[in-house]
This record gives sequence, C-alpha cells and structure tokens, in this order.
Amino acid sequence: MNTLPRWADLVLLPAVSLLVALLAAGGVVALVGQDPWEVIQVLVHGAFGTARGVSYTLYYATTFVFTGLAVAVAFHGGLFNIGGEGQAVIGGLGTGLVALWWSAFLPSWLMLPIMMLSGALFGMAWAAVPGYLQAYRGSHVVITTIMFNFIASTVLVYVLVNHLRPKGSMSVESEMFAESANLPGVHEVLGHIGIDWPSSPLNLSVLLAALAAVAVYLFLWRTRAGYRLRAVGSSPGAAEYAGIKSRHQVVMAMAISGALAGLVGMNEIAGVSGKLMLEFVSGAGFTGIAVALMGRNHPLGIVLASLLFGALFQGGAEVAFEVQGFSRDMVVMLQGFIVLFSGAMTYVIAPQLARVLGWFSKPLTSQGKAGATHG
Amino acid sequence: MAEPAAPAVRMTGIHKHFGAVVANADVSLSVASGTVHGIVGENGAGKSTLMSILYGFYTADSGQIEVFGQAAAIRNADDAIALGIGMVHQHFMLVDTLTALENVMLGAEPHWLLHRADAQVRSKLNALMLSTGLQIPLDSLVADLPVGDRQRLEILKTLYRGAKILILDEPTAVLTPQETTQLFGVLKRLREQGTTLILITHKLKEVMALCDVVTVMRAGQVVAEVPIAEASIESLAQAMVGRKVHMGRSAEAAHQTGAVLLRAEHLSVTDGLGVQRLQDVSLSLCAGEIVGVAGVSGNGQSELMDVLTGLLTPNQGQLQLEGRDFTPPNWLDPSQARALGLAHVPEDRHARALVMAFAAWESAVLGYDDLPEYSSSGWMNHTHMRQATTNMMERFDVRPRDTELPSSKFSGGNQQKLVLARELGRAPKVLLVGQPTRGVDIGAIEFIYTQLRALRQAGCAVLVVSSELDEILALSDRVLVMNQGRIAGELPIAQCTEAALGLLMTGGSA
Amino acid sequence: MDEALIGSMLASTLRVSTPLIFCALAGLLSERSGVVDIGLEGKMLLAAFAAGAAGATWDSTWLALLAAIGVAVSMSWVHGLACVSHRGDQVVSGVAINIIAVGLTAVLGAAWFHQGGQTPPVSDAVRISALMPGLAEAARGLPGLGTVLGDGILGHNALVYLALGLVPLVWWTLFRTRFGLRLRAVGENPQMVDAAGVSVMRLRYTALTLNGILCGLAGSYLVLAQSASFSQNMTAGRGFMALAALIFGRWHPVKALWACLLFGFLDAAAIRLQGVHLPGVGEVPVQAIQALPYVLTVVLLAGFIGKSVAPQSLGIPYSKER
Repeated sequence: MNTLPRWADLVLLPAVSLLVALLAAGGVVALVGQDPWEVIQVLVHGAFGTARGVSYTLYYATTFVFTGLAVAVAFHGGLFNIGGEGQAVIGGLGTGLVALWWSAFLPSWLMLPIMMLSGALFGMAWAAVPGYLQAYRGSHVVITTIMFNFIASTVLVYVLVNHLRPKGSMSVESEMFAESANLPGVHEVLGHIGIDWPSSPLNLSVLLAALAAVAVYLFLWRTRAGYRLRAVGSSPGAAEYAGIKSRHQVVMAMAISGALAGLVGMNEIAGVSGKLMLEFVSGAGFTGIAVALMGRNHPLGIVLASLLFGALFQGGAEVAFEVQGFSRDMVVMLQGFIVLFSGAMTYVIAPQLARVLGWFSKPLTSQGKAGATHG
Repeated sequence: MAEPAAPAVRMTGIHKHFGAVVANADVSLSVASGTVHGIVGENGAGKSTLMSILYGFYTADSGQIEVFGQAAAIRNADDAIALGIGMVHQHFMLVDTLTALENVMLGAEPHWLLHRADAQVRSKLNALMLSTGLQIPLDSLVADLPVGDRQRLEILKTLYRGAKILILDEPTAVLTPQETTQLFGVLKRLREQGTTLILITHKLKEVMALCDVVTVMRAGQVVAEVPIAEASIESLAQAMVGRKVHMGRSAEAAHQTGAVLLRAEHLSVTDGLGVQRLQDVSLSLCAGEIVGVAGVSGNGQSELMDVLTGLLTPNQGQLQLEGRDFTPPNWLDPSQARALGLAHVPEDRHARALVMAFAAWESAVLGYDDLPEYSSSGWMNHTHMRQATTNMMERFDVRPRDTELPSSKFSGGNQQKLVLARELGRAPKVLLVGQPTRGVDIGAIEFIYTQLRALRQAGCAVLVVSSELDEILALSDRVLVMNQGRIAGELPIAQCTEAALGLLMTGGSA
Repeated sequence: MDEALIGSMLASTLRVSTPLIFCALAGLLSERSGVVDIGLEGKMLLAAFAAGAAGATWDSTWLALLAAIGVAVSMSWVHGLACVSHRGDQVVSGVAINIIAVGLTAVLGAAWFHQGGQTPPVSDAVRISALMPGLAEAARGLPGLGTVLGDGILGHNALVYLALGLVPLVWWTLFRTRFGLRLRAVGENPQMVDAAGVSVMRLRYTALTLNGILCGLAGSYLVLAQSASFSQNMTAGRGFMALAALIFGRWHPVKALWACLLFGFLDAAAIRLQGVHLPGVGEVPVQAIQALPYVLTVVLLAGFIGKSVAPQSLGIPYSKER
C-alpha cells in the first residue's frame, strides 16, 4: 500500500489523519463564526477538567470500546461489519428481556452475568445471519448488515410498543427492572470505600470493556482460533493451503463481532437506564467504525480512540452548553471527517506523508511494503 | 519464397532485462509479410517478452524495430495498434455481459447512438467474417460463447481495428482438438489474404502444420531460425531443449527405492470453462526417490499438484496415501494430507505458502498450528513457536534471523527457505514441491537441492514440479513429462536425452 | 376497495417513491460503473439542507435547486477523489459521507438559522407545487375515476414527473448510447475498457457527476415539494431504502423503478394499515411493513428469490497493471 515504516503506519498516520480531520472541522467551526481554539479549550476542559467530566468521558468510551472491538474483529477476519448499530440494538434487547423476566427473582450475582450473556448471544445471532449469508450464499455482508440495522430498529420499536410498554403508558419504554438488574455506578462503588466521587452514568461496565479489550487481544493473537481468523482475513489462499476453512472463520468473525456489539446494553441499559428504551445506541455503532479505523484495529488503539471519542462527546456536550449556537452535532461531523480521512483518504494522505518523512530521514534499509493491515 | 519486399516486422539487436534477469539478449527477428512465423521455446526462453516489446507493453533496453520497412517507436499498445499490430492474449479481454458485437465495438464506436453504430459495425464485421471464415454469433452474450468462439472474437477485434500483423500467444492452450483444427483453417485463410501471423507456442506439431518459418529461442537468445521445409520436430525439439548440464546423467550410485507411499490413478480435472486440465493421470511415488515432473507450464502441472495436496477435488480418480483411499467427492483435504505425513511447498509463495502480513514466526507454523508443541487447548505457545522458528532459520540459513519480521520483507530465496524449513521440519513421508527455486538467488539454490537430496536419502518420496528443465535433471531419479494434461512419458534419468525429452514436452511423440 | 382509497394510495405511493427513484437512479449509475455508493443517504441530506437554506435565503426555486445539485455533486467528487483517483475503500468513504452529512447539516443549520437545526420554511412561490392543477381539478370531477386520475396521476408536481421521466431516459442512456455501453463495460471489466483506449477514470467521474445531480434532485424534492423546510435527519433512511431498491431491481433502471414503487407503496400502506385487521392475519404491525423492504432485499441477496448479480468490478479499485 505505501512505503511507510511500521511505526509511521501505526502511529503517525492516524495522528496526521486526525489532525487533518480536526482542521476540516475547525474550518467549519470558523465558518459559522465560532472560534475553533476557544471551542477546543472548552471541549478539553469539559472532557478531562473535572472528575465528573472524566467520568462521563469514560462512560461514553465504554460503549465505543464495545462497538470498536466489534468492527475490529470483523476486519481481522476480512469483513466490514457496518451492522454494529443493529447488533447493539438486538443485544440490548436481549439484555433487557432477561432483566424484565427474571430480575425480580434472581440475585444480582446471577442476574448480571445472565444479562451479559443474553446481550452477547442476541448480538451474536444478529451478526451471524449476515455472516452465514456471506460465507455460504455469497450475499455481500455490507449490504445485509445495513439492512439488518434497519430491521433491528423496527423490531425494537415493535417489541417496546406492543409488548413491553406498561399499560396506559405513553412513553415508548419498558418498565423498570428490579434492583438486581442494575450495574452499580462507579461513584457508588467508590462511595462504599470512602472515596467521594461525583455521580455520573459511569458504571462497572467500564471494567467489562477493559476486560473485553484484553480478551479480544488474547483471542486474536494468543489463540489458535484467532490465528486462523486472521489468516483468513489476511490471505484466504494461504488459509486454504493450511487447511483452514474460510467459511467457518467468516461466520465466527461475525459472530464474535456481534457478541461484542451486543454488550453495549450492559453499559447503557444495565448500567444507566435500568429499563429498555428506544435510543440507547444512537449512532454508537457508526462511531465504532471510526474508533476501529483510528485504532488501526488493535485493542489498545481502540481503547485510546474510544477515549478520544468519549472525550469528544463529553466535551461536545459541554461546548453545546457553554458556547452559543454550538451543538453536539459538531462532534458527529468531526467523527465523519475522521472516518473519511483515516479510512478512505489514507491512500491520499499516506504517500504525502511518506514524502515528508523522506525529507527527514536518510535512506534507510526499509524497502518494500510496510507491515500493517488493510482498512 | 524469395521476398524482395520489406519484411512485415524486423526486430534487430533487442536487449531487455528485468533486474538481474536478462529476458532478451541481442535478439533479432525478421518476419516476412504474409507468412506464418512461429516462435518456439520453453518457459523463460524470452518469446513472450519479445512479443510484448513488439506490442508495446514493454520497451526494449536497446535495439530497433521496423514495421513494413519503417522504423517504429512503440511505447504503448495504442502505438502498436496504429501500426497495424494486433495481439490475441492467452487471457481474453472481454466483457461477459455484453454481446460479441458490443465487445468488438467498444472504444471504437462510430456513432454515439448505439443503433446507428451497430449498423455500421455489423456490416463491416459481416464482411470480415465472410472473408476470413471466422464465424461467430454477433448478438450472443460473451458469457454464452464457448472458448473457441471467444478466441475468434478476440481475433476479430484485432482485425476490426485494422491489424495486418497478428501476434497469437499460445492460442491453442484452451482449445479442444476440433477447435484447434478450426483455428488452423482460419489462420490459413488469413495468411492467404496477406495478413502476417506470429505464433508463440511450444507445441511443435502445430508449428509443423501451420508455419512457414520457425524461430527457436532458448535462455533469451535466438538459437535457430529455419524455414519449415528444413525443419523437423526432432530437430526443433533438440534446439529448444539444447545442451543441458545434467543431460543423460547416470543414476546415483547405490540408490534403492522402497515401498509405494503415494499412488494416484486416473486423475481427471475439467475446469469451469469446460477445458480438460488433467486427463487420466496416474503416478506413484516410492520411498527414497525424487520424481521430477517436467513440461512447459500450463500443461496441467498446477492442477496435478493441487489435486495431490487436497486443494482441488478432481472429477475422477483415486488417491492412496498411507493406506487411506480417497475418491471424489470425498477427497483429501490439506489438513488430512498433513496428518498423513504429506508436506507441500506450493509454487505460489505469495498467495499460498506464507501469509505475507504475518511475522515470520506466525508463517512458520502455517498449517501446523494444531500440533501439540505449538498449541494446547486452543492457546498458542508463542515461546515454542518462536523457538521453533529460530531453529528453522538456523538450520536453513534464513536471513535475517528475525522471527518478528513480516514475511513479506524477506527476499524470495529466504522466504522459500523458510517454507522448506517448515515443511521439511516435520520429517514428512511425502513431499510435493512446486517450482522450488523460482525467484531464488543462486546461493540458496544449491542449498535447497542439498536438502531435497537429503530427504530422499532419509527415505522420503519427493515429487518436484518445475518448468526449469535443468532443475528437473539435476534432482530427479526419474522424470515424468506432462503435455496437454497427460503424462506424455516417463524416463529414468539415464535415458533423458535432449531429443527424448524435447519430443515428450512438445507433444511430438504423443 | 373503494376508488377514493386507490386514488389516494396511488398519490401517496408516487409522492413517497419520488426521492427513492432519484436516489436509486443515482446509485445505479455509480454502481454500474463499478463504484459502490453507500453515501446516497448523506448526499440526499446535504442536498436537502442546501435547497432549504438557499431557498429560504434567496427566495428562488432555481437557486435552491442549483445549490442542492452543487452540494451533492461536490460530495460525489470527494467520493471519487478518495476511491477513483486513489484506492480508498468505497464503503468507508460512503459511510463517512453519511456521518459528515448528519453532523454538518445540523451544525450549519443551527448556526445559520437558529431554529434548532431547521431551516425556515421556503415561501410558497419557491415551493414546487402541482404542475397541472387545472387539469387535475377537472379530472377529479370525473365519475368513477376521479380520484385516481385527479389525485393519483395528474395532481403531482414537476419533480415527480421528472423522476418518472428519468427512468426511461436513464434506460435509454445505459442501453442505447455509446456512453452507456462504455459505462456498463467499465463496471464489469475495467482492464478491457482501458486496453480499448477508453479512460476508466473519466467514465467513473462522469457517472459520479450524474449521481450527484440526481441526489441533488432527491434532496430538493424533500424540501421544495414535500415539506417546505429542512429538519434534522429528514431523509430518515430513505437513501438506504433506495440502495435496497437498486439491489432489489438488480441494477436495472426499470426494475429499480418497480422496486421503488413497491417500497413507496409499503411505506404509504404502513400508516394506513395501522389498527386495521386483515382477514386471517390479524393486525399487521406497522413495523413489519416498515421492515419489509429491507427483509425482501436480504431474501433476494440470499438467493432465495432469484439471483442478484452485481457489476463484476463493483467495489474493486482500478489500477493499471500488467
């Protein structure tokens, strides 16, 4: 793809792409008469300047870690999973359903793992179907997952409106779960051990997200199954030679991907809302794509990129609060620029970057293609 | 035929190199107008390169080209077409979902309204089809046309654009015998009408049947140019194959073969386009021997390898390996093959043998990741894998000795050594190797040969498929020659003379 | 089934299908040339915003249309820069355009018009109203066919008729002109087209430009003919429905038209069927009908109702190679 040395490909290129995206967004900000610098300052302060801000940043980042990991696992298997949004919705539905059915009867040490499992399984199923269709019937996974996103939202609306909505209620949401279905907030836990922490939606699923990142890392690079998955994604011909069955791996990759996206419900539903509602994903699936692209499909990169986007979301909310005429959609726009520049435009940026690097470095031994992966 | 007129094509002193490889060394060619001129040679002889230069795909390092007596600078295919040169490639350039007529018309439509353009093109094409005898249904979709028709369409395309000199690259590679006969009829008619034809081929029977003059190339040079009347299949075959270093080598002393380890019978493979790639191939491999499969590539060797290693299921046939029997549809698969002690060094390093993006240590376990020393209960043991890779690199002198380096960063020779280390490291009972030293530097070649011989000494059965005759002769105890999907013949190494091998490789005695 | 119902269903169907038709034709041209277009939704949204903003600011229908088309074409060219001039991933680029559109329209909308992201309504003079009101009114008076003719067929605005008229035009361009032949070829085998001396890049950029114009018309319709102002996310997934219709219509203009009409019909029917008990089935949930276009497309892609064969080089960046 390009002649960038490995470090530049993994670290510098995303940084440069981010910079270009920021410049583009900053341009729009200036265009509407705001001061980009002022906006950035408020944003950074809002995201990291207070304990409450940091908590919110981490809370948003948690959801993005799940959806980002989902996209990344699929990428390693050679697939583009745009269906994270729908898989998160159906996963959340799974989490919510078991909570509604059993939270009154089970203690939380049983209820919460069951909710987690249910969310993962529902999300897995929602992704496995497009995966199966791609592997065994040749249906393009990009199109089918887009369709499944829409079907997922209609399913959620249907279930909420017709089955889960308490009688006589006008709002489209289920009843509250019993106490055992609630993931304790971080401020609660810290309070128990005597630390005074401001309340926020940040809950224990942040630990789940960290665990998920570690688990994905171990899976992809330490297990045989992960090795095989990456082989299929990297070189289907070599995988065939090695006796690895591509079709299985495709379905596996999508299944794991969907399971990860399905965990979003633990953060949003078990951790925050305590009931099933319509808008608990609201675009996180697409942010996951941006996160995976920025994080170069590596769990560590994804965690960092999630923090970045979490900061943008939280900081963006603060800016919307404080700066006249500004809304959080600025962050959405920046996200789009990031996907554009670190995703599609890498082939435009990378050669320029290589040229610039060439001015600085003496001729090295680095010949041939750089290590890292596809987009 | 004494021709006072300028030759259609005269190439003088053509020199072309790619990196360190000299593809054409001071090649001169003169093609008389209105004749059929054959260029024969093995793989790597330089004939395709020479014609690619004529058609503008490459530029020669030095030398001149004259077309119909005029000096010509051919920088790209458009220049060549403008001079009246047309080329029919081995891989057709056609759009399957359009009709034959549309394919001819594309890029040279006489009018922006298709039905007007259609009328003009159709009448011109009908006239062409009448005068040349090349008949194809103009309104059929290319997807519905058999291979022979598609080729005729390619020829028509070039003629439509006014080609007076037609280059055909291995035209009968995909044709059935009947289609071949039909093609010959067409080519003869074209010659009668004054078109000059240049035929690149390795099939001497066709050359004898069709050509007026033959040029033989070998190792980038022209070794003979004779009018057909003065040539015979034997003389051409001999010239093509030439004096090989290990020709007629006497068998290794004290060499005994053991039991039959692999037996294949009546293997047949027909590809998606209906072309027979393997026809009734049977062979057996015994412990302690190296069997070489010689032949110009494209005669079924790749399919044979794929079938024997489980990457392709044949339409018919039988395989016996380690006491197990396989018949389609329950054919061998690569994991079973490995479990039964069969190792495979594929000819395509980049797409098969290694995962280019993986580090060396990850590629070094490709196909063997389920071995107990590499993984247990699903977890990979990185330490063992890295250690094993280091050992492999030591044993086979793979450089640089960096287990973390991505596979793509190793040179061709070192990649091949890594693959060999991996496959040989399991002490296989049967080893199948395709093009063992393609893209490998001189230093590594001898090393690889030594390894293969050592394997034989240890009682392994080795099958080497190579388009380099030198290599086959250096390594084999007996040689199978493939031609047109069949095994044309088998010779013990002592009987491998130029004449015998050449005849077998070019279908001369089939 | 009474005639008034048929007439009003017909009217609704055509109204709802019009932006779908524009977008599906846009996607068709792009994808037939080998370039995947996931960004139909985003381009339509940006165009709608441009139409709303320009229409309200300069009080001119033509300027609104021009703005919409200009914006959509620009985004198509951005897509082309990333994916045709360079080897960027076409799907990622499309997704990026969609996300940018949502954010950019909201930001600019809020900043320029201070109405929470909406643009002020365009005046009636700017709106594109019914083309033949007199004729339609007269037709309504006819017994037996009044509503069908008057409302269903004759009562629409120019853009609706334009959309319908564009279908045969695109068909004719694709199958009866030199450009169309080359376009179809480049989507199947760009190497062959290149070898024949035709520029692959020029063909694809032309297709993208036409794609932009059509997306611009789709967006304009939403604001100038349908709602009179832009509101956040007003496209509501229609771009994806158009993509589904394109695939369901097997990349053929006329089949895509039928798919658009079918999906438009389902959309129109969904509201009306709420609360209605169908014999043997009971009450059909509106969500089931809303999901139907997407479910049908998946079923088609899975090969259960015939094959859907995409242009062969779709999604593969073209690079000259020997």
